[in-house]
Amino acid sequence: MTWLQDHLGDVLDLTVRHIYLAGVPLILGLLIALPLGWLARRHRGLYPILIVGTSLLYTIPSLALFIMLPFLLGTQILDPTNVIVAMTIYTVALLVRTVADGLGAVPEAVNQSATAMGYKRGRRFMSVELPLAVPVISAGLRVAAVSNVSIVSVAALIGVAQLGSLFTDGFNRAFMEPIIVGVISCVLLALLFDGVIIGVTRLATPWQRAGKASS
Amino acid sequence: MINRIFAWLTDGAHWQGSDGILRRLVEHLGYSLTAVIIAALIAIPLGLYIGHTGRGRVFVVNLAGAARAIPSLGLLFIAVLWLGPKFSGDIAFLAPAGLVLIVLAIPPILSGAYAGVEGVEPDARDAARGMGMRGPEVLRHVELPCALPLIMSGIRSATLQVIATATIAAVVGLGGLGRFLIDGLAVRDTPQTASGALLVALLALAVDMVLALVQRFVVSRGLTGRYRTAQTFDSDAGVTPPAPALQHSA
Repeated sequence: MTWLQDHLGDVLDLTVRHIYLAGVPLILGLLIALPLGWLARRHRGLYPILIVGTSLLYTIPSLALFIMLPFLLGTQILDPTNVIVAMTIYTVALLVRTVADGLGAVPEAVNQSATAMGYKRGRRFMSVELPLAVPVISAGLRVAAVSNVSIVSVAALIGVAQLGSLFTDGFNRAFMEPIIVGVISCVLLALLFDGVIIGVTRLATPWQRAGKASS
Repeated sequence: MINRIFAWLTDGAHWQGSDGILRRLVEHLGYSLTAVIIAALIAIPLGLYIGHTGRGRVFVVNLAGAARAIPSLGLLFIAVLWLGPKFSGDIAFLAPAGLVLIVLAIPPILSGAYAGVEGVEPDARDAARGMGMRGPEVLRHVELPCALPLIMSGIRSATLQVIATATIAAVVGLGGLGRFLIDGLAVRDTPQTASGALLVALLALAVDMVLALVQRFVVSRGLTGRYRTAQTFDSDAGVTPPAPALQHSA
């Protein structure tokens, strides 16, 4: 493991870039998926269109998306924006269905109670439906987080630096250690993202713990 | 741009020969289906066993979650450097690429299988026991048929991911549709790259539609009919996104 000791600074630098490239799209994707999921729920005719449409996006190979986006966005091929946009697309593809299903799982009686208590549609969504859908949305977000961390590494093939650069670098020199360090760092990063999402979900759903404590 | 992609795709010369589209399509399909079939042979029996007995559930759920976190590109390079020297010829690259795709396909199929069996209504299981069925018979005649919708959705999401990921086989010199992406990138031939991307997406779509048809034939009508009366939306439009089966990894 002398290679790791010599290159710890580089690995940390790549890790920070990786967190940025995989993390920002998670937040952007969630912000885009929330209204889309709500639309899919609200207008039943839109549900199949939105769900099938967004899931089609997921069939585009990541490598293809990384290469194509510069031409669609007019950016440079090495611009990290391409990766951010591509990962946001994948996050939206995974989350629209989750958001729609999570909102759908809110019991109708709860919605009606909220309406009877005088909640207007917008406020009911923000303070009743959305919080109750958090556990389902969070499950989808965890899947998206793990898959983002893994997919971002492919961007090394087009030269955008992150932990995947250790793969191409190691492979080109037939040198195993950087690749193994890269893979382990990716898995640890996925665990970190997972832990953060679980923590935030716990904070956002205090009633779940209250229920468990009293039973 | 769209015109140039169209021109590239409709050029007959691009379809024929040892590096033509048809050959690459067959290669891509070959890698993907082989990997999914091997993964299914491993994951379905294991998932059924876990769902039926409840043994090893936590272990397998965590293992499947960890397997998902492994970046395919890194695993591919490790496998090529490690396994490559042990084989000769094409196998030196085919075996590592196959391994990577199998590792990718196992978690969704496994989760689908055990979640499907676990989700079988206890009443149905009790009724089967009451009729005198033993464990293996309950599994074969009740749990397996009831779990089929989720097993199929696991297979479909695994297939989508494998077809999309099989493109990276081209990075280590193998064939498949990824060749158009890698070669197009190398010489900055955008129409070729875009066409390759389009072909992969279309292939994924076509295979998913075939699997949707298979699902229609193998899943008991009693099940689908009952599910449709509930509030759940069941889009028959042919494509099931990876989300539902993936969620069970949590």
